[in-house]
Amino acid sequence: MWEYTGKVLDHFRNPRNVGIIEDADGVGEVGSLACGDALKLYFKLDKDGRIANVKFQTFGCASAIASSSALTEIVKGMPLDKAGQVTNQDIADYLGGLPEQKMHCSVMGREALEAAIENYRSGREGRKRILAGKVVCNCFGVTEEEIERVTRENRLTSVEQVTNYTKAGGGCGKCKGEIAAIVERVARARQESERKAGAAAPRKLTTIEKIRLIEQTLDKQIRPMLKNDGGDIELIDVEGNSVKVALRGMCAGCIGASSTIKEVVETKLREFVAPELTVVEAES
Amino acid sequence: MNTVYLDNNATSCVAPEVIAVMEPFFRELWGNPSSMHLFGGQVRHDLEKARAQVAALIGADPSEIIFTSCGTESDNTAIRGTVDAAGGAMNVITSRVEHPAVLVTCRYLAEHGHRVFEIGVDAAGQLGLVQLGEALREGPAVVSIMWANNETGVIFPIEEIGEMVHAAGGVFHTDAVQAVGKLPIDVKQMPIDLLSLSGHKLHAPKGIGALYVRKGTRFQPFMLGGHQEDNRRAGTENVPYIVGLGKACELALQHRDAEMTSVAALRDRLQAGLLATCPDTRVNGDTKNRLPNTLNISFEYIEGEGILMHLSDLGIAASSGSACTSGSLEPSHVLRAMGVPFTAVHGSVRFSLSRYTTAEEIDYTLKQVPGVVNKLRAMSPFVPKRT
Repeated sequence: MWEYTGKVLDHFRNPRNVGIIEDADGVGEVGSLACGDALKLYFKLDKDGRIANVKFQTFGCASAIASSSALTEIVKGMPLDKAGQVTNQDIADYLGGLPEQKMHCSVMGREALEAAIENYRSGREGRKRILAGKVVCNCFGVTEEEIERVTRENRLTSVEQVTNYTKAGGGCGKCKGEIAAIVERVARARQESERKAGAAAPRKLTTIEKIRLIEQTLDKQIRPMLKNDGGDIELIDVEGNSVKVALRGMCAGCIGASSTIKEVVETKLREFVAPELTVVEAES
Repeated sequence: MNTVYLDNNATSCVAPEVIAVMEPFFRELWGNPSSMHLFGGQVRHDLEKARAQVAALIGADPSEIIFTSCGTESDNTAIRGTVDAAGGAMNVITSRVEHPAVLVTCRYLAEHGHRVFEIGVDAAGQLGLVQLGEALREGPAVVSIMWANNETGVIFPIEEIGEMVHAAGGVFHTDAVQAVGKLPIDVKQMPIDLLSLSGHKLHAPKGIGALYVRKGTRFQPFMLGGHQEDNRRAGTENVPYIVGLGKACELALQHRDAEMTSVAALRDRLQAGLLATCPDTRVNGDTKNRLPNTLNISFEYIEGEGILMHLSDLGIAASSGSACTSGSLEPSHVLRAMGVPFTAVHGSVRFSLSRYTTAEEIDYTLKQVPGVVNKLRAMSPFVPKRT
C-alpha cells in the first residue's frame, strides 16, 4: 500500500472539477492508455484573462486523480500568466507531498496545463509535444528536453529519481546510461551557475564558522556512511583551506582510506562548506 | 463495515485449527529435534507426522518432502539444486508467465553460463507446447513450468509437459504454489521430479514451504551447513510452522472437493454477475482450465489502483495487474505475455476466493463493484462517447 497523505486520499475520493468544458478556450492532453495514465485539461477564461472555469478527465491511479484535482484547484481564478508558472512541486506541495515513486503524476499535471495554455495561445492542438527534441526513453516517449527540465526544476540527482518523476528509464531500462549523462550535465551546469552567483556575492566564512560547518557536515553527511562500515572520523585541525582529519575504527588503516578521504570526505566538504577546501589525513 | 477478503492468491488467513496445533510448540515443546535428549525427542515425532501430512496431500512418500522457509526458497532450491547437480553448463527451460521466484532465478542462471529458454503463452495464457518441444530438442534440460498461474489461475497441462520433458531426458520441476490445496494432485501418477508448495497460500502461516523431490532425482542442496532434512536442507527445523503446515495440508485434503465445487460456484457467480452489470469488461485467461478460486477480469478505460482503493474503502480486498500497483512502471508481465491490450491490462483486477468466502460476501461485492467502475469511468478521457 502506498503512503498517501490525507489530502491525496481526499482529492482521490472526492475529486474537484471533474468533467469537460464544451467551449473551452484551452485544452491540453498528456499521457496515453499504454503509459498507464493520461490527463485531459480544459479551461475557460473570463474577460480579464483569468481562469474562470477549469475541468479535467483523468485515467490513472489514485495520485494521478488527486494531482489533477489539486491542479484545477490551484489554477482556478489565476491570471493565465501566473498559471503558466505553476510547477509540479506546487502540485505535490498542495497535496502535502506525494510518494517519491508517484512524483510523475504531479509532472503530468504541469505538462497538461502547459499544453492547454499552448493550445490557447497558438491554436495548435494541445498535445504534449513529443516530437520536440530527441526521444530518450522510447518505452514512455520522454524527450531529452523534458528530462533536463524536470531534473533541473526538481534538483534531481539520480537516474532512479528521474524515473520516479518522468517514468523515463522505467521500461526496458536501455536509456539509463543516457539519463545518467543528462543528470550529470544538469548538476554541472547548476554548480557552475551557483559558483558564479557565489562569486558575485562573496562572503568569506570566518575560521570559527568554517570549523562549525565542517563539524556539522562530518556529523550529518559523512559519519553515518562510515559508521555503516564500523568506522568513524575525527577533525584534527583546519589551517586556511586545508582540513586535517583522522579516520578511526574500521576505517583506520583500511587500504581504501586515502580514496575515502578524497572521494567521500573532500567531495562532501567542498559541496557543503566551501569548494576550495582540500582534505588531508593526519599522520598518526 | 463488512470486510470481504478476495485476495487469497496473495496470502490466506491462517485456519484456527492450524493456530491451535502450533501453540504448544511455542510453549512446552520448544526442543531442537536434532537433540539427543528428551526435549528433542518430544518434537521429532511431530515433525515426521507433519511430513506425512504434507506428503499425503500430494501423493508423495514422506521421505520425498523437504521443508523450506517459503515457496520462493523451494523454487530456488529446485532449479539451482538440479542445475548444480548436472554439473557444467545446462539448458534451462521456463515460461514467460512464471512467478519471479522462478523467472528471476532462471535469468540469474542465464548470466552465469547457462542457456535459458522462456516459452511464451497464447492469448488465453496457455503454454506454447510446440515451442517447448523445440527447446527440448536443444539438449538435456532442467525445466521449470508452473502448475497454475497466480494472476490468471490458468492451469497448464502438467502431465503432458512432464511427459515431453522426460521423453527428452530432462528434469521437470513445477511451481505448484497456487495449485496445491485447490486441485487434486498425485505426484506418484505424474511425470514430475520436483514440486514447490507454500504454506501461506493454503491457510498455514507465512514463512513455511516444502519441496517435493522424487526419489532418485539428482539434486545438490542449496542451503549448506547442517545435516537436517536428510542432508538436503541445512538449518534447524522451524518446528511450530512445520506442524502448522502439516495440519493445513490435512485440512486442505478434507476440503479439496469443496474447493472444486462450492468455491468454484461462488467464483462463477461473481464472474457472471460482473459481466452482466459492467459493460466493456473481459475475463483474462483460459476459463476452461482455471483454478476454481480465481477470476482475473479487466474493466476497460480505468486503472487498477483506483479500483482497488475504492473497493478497499468499501471493505473489499482484491489485487490488480496495473503498473501503479506493481511497484514498477510496467504492468503485469503475465497479461502482457498473453497480449492483453493495454486498455485492459491497466484495469485488470484479480479476485481470488477461499473456502472461507461466503455467498453474502460475493453478493456484497457484486453490489459494490459497478458503482466504483462507473465512478472512475465518469472521469476517464478514454470512455467512448455513446449516442
